Amino acid sequence: MSTTTVDLHQDPHGHGGEHDPHHQHHFTTMEQQFDTSKIGMWLFLVTEVLTFGGLFAGFGLMQNKYPQEFVAAHEELKRWAGTTNTVVLLISSFTAVMAVLSARTNQGKKCAMYLWVTVGFGAIFMCIKAYEYSVDFQEGLFPGKYYSHHGDLIAGSHGYATFFSFYFMMTGLHGLHVLIGMGLMSWLAIRASRGEFSDKYYTPVDLVALFWHLVDMIWIYLFPLYYLIT
Amino acid sequence: MEHTLTTGAVIGDRPRPVKNYLNETTGLWSWMSTVDHKRIGIMYLGAVCFAFLLGGIFALLVRLSLLNPQHTLFGKHWVTAEMYNRFFTLHGAIMVFLFIIPSIPASLANFVLPMMLGAKDVAFPRLNLTSFYLWCAGATLAIGSMVIGAVDTGWTFYTPYSTTTDGAVGLMTMAVFILGFSSIFTGLNFIATTHKLRAPGMGWFDMPLFVWGIYATGVIQILATPVLAITMVLLLIERVFLIGIFDSRIGGDPVLFQHLFWFYSHPAVYIMILPGMAIISEIIPTFSRKTIFGYRAIAYSSVSLALLSFIVWGHHLFVAGESDLANVIFSALTFLVAIPSGVKMFNWLTTMYKGNISFETPMLYAMAFLFLFAIGGLTGIFFSTLAVDIHLTDTYFVVAHFHYVMMGGTVIAFLGGLHYWWPKMTGRMYSEKWGRIATALVFIGFNMTFGSQFIMGGQGMPRRYFNYLDQFQPIHAFSTYGSWVLGSGLFLTAIYLLASLKTGPLAPDNPWGGTTMEWESSSPPVVHNFEEQPVFEHEPYDYRHRTVTHV
Amino acid sequence: MEWLRRLLLPIDQGSEFAKHIDFMYMAILWLSIIMFLGLMIPMFYFAWAYRFKPGRVTPHQTHNTAMEVTWTVIPLLLCVGLFFWGIVGYMQFAVGPGESMEIQVTGKQWLWQFEFPDGTRAVNELHVPVNKSVHLVMTSEDVLHDFFIPDMRVKRDIVPGRYTEYWFTPLTVGEHVATCAEYCGKGHSDMKAKVFVDTAADFAKWMETGGDEWMHHTPEEWGRIQYEDKGCMSCHNVDGTKSKGPSWKGIYGSMAKLNNGATVLVDEAYLRESMMQPGAKVVEGFENIMPTFQGLLRENEIRGLVAYIKSLK
Repeated sequence: MSTTTVDLHQDPHGHGGEHDPHHQHHFTTMEQQFDTSKIGMWLFLVTEVLTFGGLFAGFGLMQNKYPQEFVAAHEELKRWAGTTNTVVLLISSFTAVMAVLSARTNQGKKCAMYLWVTVGFGAIFMCIKAYEYSVDFQEGLFPGKYYSHHGDLIAGSHGYATFFSFYFMMTGLHGLHVLIGMGLMSWLAIRASRGEFSDKYYTPVDLVALFWHLVDMIWIYLFPLYYLIT
Repeated sequence: MEHTLTTGAVIGDRPRPVKNYLNETTGLWSWMSTVDHKRIGIMYLGAVCFAFLLGGIFALLVRLSLLNPQHTLFGKHWVTAEMYNRFFTLHGAIMVFLFIIPSIPASLANFVLPMMLGAKDVAFPRLNLTSFYLWCAGATLAIGSMVIGAVDTGWTFYTPYSTTTDGAVGLMTMAVFILGFSSIFTGLNFIATTHKLRAPGMGWFDMPLFVWGIYATGVIQILATPVLAITMVLLLIERVFLIGIFDSRIGGDPVLFQHLFWFYSHPAVYIMILPGMAIISEIIPTFSRKTIFGYRAIAYSSVSLALLSFIVWGHHLFVAGESDLANVIFSALTFLVAIPSGVKMFNWLTTMYKGNISFETPMLYAMAFLFLFAIGGLTGIFFSTLAVDIHLTDTYFVVAHFHYVMMGGTVIAFLGGLHYWWPKMTGRMYSEKWGRIATALVFIGFNMTFGSQFIMGGQGMPRRYFNYLDQFQPIHAFSTYGSWVLGSGLFLTAIYLLASLKTGPLAPDNPWGGTTMEWESSSPPVVHNFEEQPVFEHEPYDYRHRTVTHV
Repeated sequence: MEWLRRLLLPIDQGSEFAKHIDFMYMAILWLSIIMFLGLMIPMFYFAWAYRFKPGRVTPHQTHNTAMEVTWTVIPLLLCVGLFFWGIVGYMQFAVGPGESMEIQVTGKQWLWQFEFPDGTRAVNELHVPVNKSVHLVMTSEDVLHDFFIPDMRVKRDIVPGRYTEYWFTPLTVGEHVATCAEYCGKGHSDMKAKVFVDTAADFAKWMETGGDEWMHHTPEEWGRIQYEDKGCMSCHNVDGTKSKGPSWKGIYGSMAKLNNGATVLVDEAYLRESMMQPGAKVVEGFENIMPTFQGLLRENEIRGLVAYIKSLK
């Protein structure tokens, strides 16, 4: 290693020169900072996929074990609700993309509007989901040992309880992600209406939109898994 | 006190900066709210050492319980089977989840990895602090579980015992879940840092091998840990709701839990050992004053170990009711692990060939690592050979084997790394004399404790046994005496290292003559690591431009 | 090198399979010793030969492809060889010979129960005829266990809700120990069974009568042996302290308070009933966890146990 060192680094706290307040001290350029954040988000999404992957694997094994029960149990779900929710989330992904686009083109107000619309679609999704849950509970469709539904075809089989255990675990975890996404979007919408984002700095909008797409994508897998078993 | 130091070309005889990362700001809050990777590394170091102490106390209690088959101490019966079961469970769980997994990455690598890359910090400093507080939360839950009744399932939480036993299994699994996310965030941070924050001029194959090792570790942390997290959730929900996935009474499959658990926990073995290997790849060239032999082979072997680690979990289930075909496949894959491990050993040895080797404490630890890891690795061959595995698995042979890898490998490397970077982290030199004495005690005590267990295991002594046949008494007693030697060596290490903070002489910037970038900073480093952005200009580990003299 | 084998492995080699495993173990051991020395001798030699000398210049050796390929390929070939050898041995254990005597093994916290083809049952006592292949079919009633016979070098987990199996053929008449090798809770280390390898004649006799061992003991002694062998001691103490079940000390002739509020005189009839139908009258403060011993204890064993309990004053 040489003793000569060259100061390539533009000191952000330094003297003169334009400085973006969002520029963190340990990055040389804003571009480097943006790329790094994006890598971080992608890595996080990988862990999310694997987390859900464990549950998908468990579901698959249990479905293999109780094929008839699973088919019978899925009849209890409201297919119209699942379909509506799929459409709602797909549209919300589109509005999330529009929010990023607006942020990149310096349209702060528009960005905020799209974010609020996305939050709204998330809320619709959660309301439908809550309705589904409440109907399920009334019918005694609880997870595990609390399962108390009457009139199952294969009486006494544990397969129904297992189906609903996984149903509540996976849609519950997914719902939690929707709520977190809604929280993040609301926070960003407030920041966007203050004009914090521009073509120079829109990283948070971009990353949260990525997260939202993942949440959407997981639902795209959950929907046929639970509502369309044959 | 007298110290024999070896220096290489110390980068500049510049005066020590007045302000460094330790004294730039002061007060408890300045530490608790810090985003400086060095301070987080130091806090992590204190935290994992505390966990090591706690886990070590339980280890000594386990050994003490087995001192004689009557379980007496000074003629008094002092321990019951229930207590013993909790001792070994807590020893295992604390050592694995609170100590070894975060030990090297979160403490030492947190401190030196950005510096080795010539960066000012890790990619996501706030995430780094979050990871530390998650560790604290997990540790609190784990210790809380001890207070309200402790866990007696073994650290592996095998079902259906873990779904039916009383005790604080729920709290402990929550702790493991949270600690998992702490580990994921650390790994994620290092991967992003390695990708985007390398110094100007530093390509992938110019990075120190330590970075390669930690990078490979990060890949495993990200890909394997989520599966552990979800397995723990499933276990917890099975306990609360009885969903019928693991509990055979309601149609579940206990072996499925083992598959899911080892799908994480075998890669976790490499989360533990790869950083250890990474440290050895730094220490050996530095103290041999010679470039590392087979740089690319070592880098590739780290990555291939990381990838292989995902496809060998089934070898934990050879006698657990796995199909014969699966056993044969996993046996074949397991043998493959031997190859990259062997490649590393040969490369390290060849690095020593024609070197100029001095034996300060870090180098002694590195040689102890080669010795102990060779035994740990070679005894692994007994297990990958299917027929022999049948007899040896679940006995003390397996206990001895994984302690040779985990403690003889990872912990010894951790201690080596701790001594190697101590001057950089604290700005003080420790006592070399006491360092060497402690190394010898640790080495002897370790071999007494665990070497003897190979004999017991082969003779048929199953693990996790409270009562044992009288024939094993002499070996059990010998192993217990060994644990006292080992414990005193570690205790001594703690004393002289802490004493050095007050009384140790000031450390030069590059006390060992290392070639990697962290040595270009001052000891201790300034807040943003370097006064000027370092630039990478030579080959890695290039000793051609160095003249070496003793000070 | 027999002394080394006797140091590192169980001295008894109960079957051909055990001899085979020992041979493989020793072969791998020697291979490992050679490889270990092959690593350590150079390490210590380099450490000594190239110890620090001021001003010594070190060569700049970055790699040597031929050498690196060699030390990758040779271990790989060794591993491939060991892999195939390991499979051959494993198959002897996992795939049985044509004709075997099938014995059902049930593990429960914390005892072993064996059922022979003719319906004879026994607890913690496995009798097998010499030189005849034995096929163990095993399952668990509660948590995981593992039936490990060190002298035969065989073990396999016992999983609730599944059947696992293995085979072994004992070579010589003698006595061995079987232990539980998968952690199963408090009594894990006490979950032991005796494995008796009998001559064909002795085995046939045992199947008929359950052996004549009891005639050589006083009833109290015989009862104490049953207390240790049949797993009673996992839950009952004899020193007056409470365990999972009541202590036996001084209970004979006393009045026991039951969990339904009634009281009962602890006499021979009550003790007998408690072994056969443990759930019928459970003593206050204890859970109904004891398994039934109906059909598992012979008449002489029940009498021995009652005599033993009587003797605990």
